[in-house]
Amino acid sequence: MGRYFLRRLLIAIPSLLGISLVLFAVLALAPGDPFEELATNPNVPAEVRANLRAQFGLDDPVAIRYVRWFTAMTKGDWGFSFVSRVDVDQLILQRLPTTLLVIGSSQLLALLIALPIGVYAATRPYSLFDQIANTFAFIGFSLPTFFTGILFILIFSITLDWLPFIYRADISATGWHWYWEHFKQALMPVAVLGLFQGASWTRYVRSAVLDVIRLDYVTTARSKGLGEITVVVKHVVRNALIPVVTLVALQMPAIFGGAIVTEQIFRVPGIGSLLISSILANDTPVIMAVTFVFSCLVILFNLLADVLYGWLDPRISYR
Amino acid sequence: MNERQLRSMINEVKTGKVSRRDFIRTMAGFGLAAPFASQLLTWSGVAQAQTKSGYKPTKRGGGGALKVLWWQGATLLNPHFAVGTKDQEGSRIFYEPLAAWDADGDLVPILAAEIPSTQNGGLAADGKSVTWKLKKSVQWHDGKPFTADDVVFTWEYASDPASATVSIGSYKDVRVEKLDSHTVRVHLPKPTPFWADAFVSTRGMIIPKHLFEAYKGGKSRDAPTNLKPVGTGPYKFVDFKPGDMVRGQINTAYHEPNRPYFDSIEMKGGGDAVSAARAVMQTGEFDYAWNMQVEDEILLRLEKDGKGRADIVAGGNVEFIQLNPTDPWTEVDGERSSAKSKHPLFSDPAVRDALNMLVDRQSVQDHIYGRTGVATRNFLNNPQRFRSKNTKWEFDVDKANRVLEAAGWKRGSDGIRAKDGKKLKFVFQTSINAPRQKTQAIIKQACQKAGIDLEIKAITASVFFSSDVGNPDTYSKFYCDMQMYTTTMTQPDPEVFMDQYVSWQVSAKENKWQGRNIARWRSEDYDKAYREAAGELDPVKRAALFMRMNDLVIEARVVIPVVFRPRVSAVANKLHAPLSGWDNDFWLLKDWYREA
Repeated sequence: MGRYFLRRLLIAIPSLLGISLVLFAVLALAPGDPFEELATNPNVPAEVRANLRAQFGLDDPVAIRYVRWFTAMTKGDWGFSFVSRVDVDQLILQRLPTTLLVIGSSQLLALLIALPIGVYAATRPYSLFDQIANTFAFIGFSLPTFFTGILFILIFSITLDWLPFIYRADISATGWHWYWEHFKQALMPVAVLGLFQGASWTRYVRSAVLDVIRLDYVTTARSKGLGEITVVVKHVVRNALIPVVTLVALQMPAIFGGAIVTEQIFRVPGIGSLLISSILANDTPVIMAVTFVFSCLVILFNLLADVLYGWLDPRISYR
Repeated sequence: MNERQLRSMINEVKTGKVSRRDFIRTMAGFGLAAPFASQLLTWSGVAQAQTKSGYKPTKRGGGGALKVLWWQGATLLNPHFAVGTKDQEGSRIFYEPLAAWDADGDLVPILAAEIPSTQNGGLAADGKSVTWKLKKSVQWHDGKPFTADDVVFTWEYASDPASATVSIGSYKDVRVEKLDSHTVRVHLPKPTPFWADAFVSTRGMIIPKHLFEAYKGGKSRDAPTNLKPVGTGPYKFVDFKPGDMVRGQINTAYHEPNRPYFDSIEMKGGGDAVSAARAVMQTGEFDYAWNMQVEDEILLRLEKDGKGRADIVAGGNVEFIQLNPTDPWTEVDGERSSAKSKHPLFSDPAVRDALNMLVDRQSVQDHIYGRTGVATRNFLNNPQRFRSKNTKWEFDVDKANRVLEAAGWKRGSDGIRAKDGKKLKFVFQTSINAPRQKTQAIIKQACQKAGIDLEIKAITASVFFSSDVGNPDTYSKFYCDMQMYTTTMTQPDPEVFMDQYVSWQVSAKENKWQGRNIARWRSEDYDKAYREAAGELDPVKRAALFMRMNDLVIEARVVIPVVFRPRVSAVANKLHAPLSGWDNDFWLLKDWYREA
């Protein structure tokens, strides 16, 4: 187990290297630089921009820039944003709490929807409940978040005027009022993301449970006279959860990566909106840091999913 | 209009026959920006008008929170690092310049005690120095007094190339001298009629010496004050998250009585323009939203909800079409559109004339831009043209047909005109942006009727406006017959604006396509007039020279102006927010208040 873990971690290093190389190359190939806006400003002489480019090392060859970035990165220095001239780690840390809160609770909501509904629907396949659950799941994951987001805004903010549609990370209120305001503004983004994710997970949970529930050992458990709840929870769900765990584990990095579209619609100041504004501004250090952290998390959670398998199903062994 | 006419007009203002406002408006018709026209009066001894802001509150504070929405959030709060207007605006909450431009193009003193003029001795007769008297008893937010040292330091800081400021252009050629604790003199390298650049408006915000002194030059990025601004403005810094939120609270020691009205300010960033308009005009969640790049149709619909209005102020920006005088399809010395080549079709003036008549500006305004883009020929117009073009400016397909016919361009079997085997086929490029594509379609339709085949091309804005040397589709390379975009006039002085047509600015391979003359038009007369204007101290003569330049450009049909683009903001109904097209939206933030 220990050796397996170590080996997987070692394998991760070259893949991370490769990822960072590809990312950097793609960004270097993309047109423009962070100072584009200066180019269209007639009062800023072209030399100013050329100077800034030179000072921030943008004129050096891509290979040198990559090596410079990489060596700094290994020393824990993520560089600074060309746009705001703030250290990248500071920028990310500023955005992290909001992202964790909003995306995290949306994933939680998704699980809370998907698990009970999926399991219940699978235990009564093709019943009325199953049909309804299926229909809603289908609708839920066919509607893209940018559509449901705007729909929610139109209904709950503009027509009914119940909820604010602009997310503000710092609310100047105290005590219960503060929690209430936060709850109100987080409700729509969390619901949009949670319902979308929940809908697709529901279908996975249902089919995973359905696969297991017909197996012989479940029939055995039932014939032993175990209660239905015990059979479902202890015998069915535990085995059925293995593919679901993979799905959920692979989804976890997204909690850190943020949700670009939804964050943009509700103006949630999360990692996703940081990433998209950095991409639009060609702010290489920030894009590199966010995407690189994201790829590290993907690799880590893949590994974690594999380890979880062993815990859920002792028959799986690692070599 | 020539020098003599100009002088007589200025005299009429002096004697009171013509109002100051009328003069400025007339000058705008001649292509002279309002601030420039206003300076013309100052130089000729007509006193500055006192701007009435209509500020009513009789005590400081008590106005609650002011919530404003910028769909691109401020990313930094050091005004001398401000890459875009969003950053300037964020900084402007806390920092102030010596003077600002109001909507009429008049200078308004902010940290200056008065506006320098020849009368008060602020302007030297030789045009080589400006003396600013500073307001006394102004305090930085940390309680330290504001003095001439801060002004001198701002110059030192911004002009140091190692500081990597974006405002260096306004400071590198001047020298600033402290006369006493509240007087500074700006020495200009040569006689300069337009002296109001350093310490004025967007790039003139003064920073505190005691906090930035240790971070001048190479260490400029490490200054803690970059993120926690300490200025003289109406609001003090509370919190900043780049790209998301700027928060401030009332500065109870502000240097003007009864100001500011609001107890706190919150500038939220992100999202898109349409939903920002909704947040102000439909739900009322916010009081103000910046830069409403939204179709007028939507704005009108949102205004019906009665919570807010679209506030439209005139600036200097114009959407225009350039006709390439060089050949974009043949490579000469390793570049297309080389200044050495000649366009095979546009070299015939009749073709350019016809195209000028085929741009249906009125339809573009009526069906696309509405109040946010007004049909114009106001790119740098001359008075005669202004009148005589009335007919020409009108969209006239028949006349265009006649002009082409007369010049020998005959229709072929496919309906497209040709002469000597050359067909009237053009590629017309612009950036991807719904109104621009609609404009292209309107022009294409008209051209079809006149026997001109227009191929429409749309390029992603990030590529089109980039200065990427490797990309053939940038606007500065202009590898195309025609192109359309908005040229901005952020600074009111026409000298910078007019260098768009001087021969040494021609965008070419040797200057990595960074030359400002993207239209690639060259004229010895123009160059001569420009050189003369740059060295001309007499403002009236200088203005006449600029008008001569305008004449030359228009007569040559280098460009076809389409619509004039005013600035649009969404303002909550009760909010009183004086705006100016010549400065930041926050130029007079101290006077913002909410009516009871």
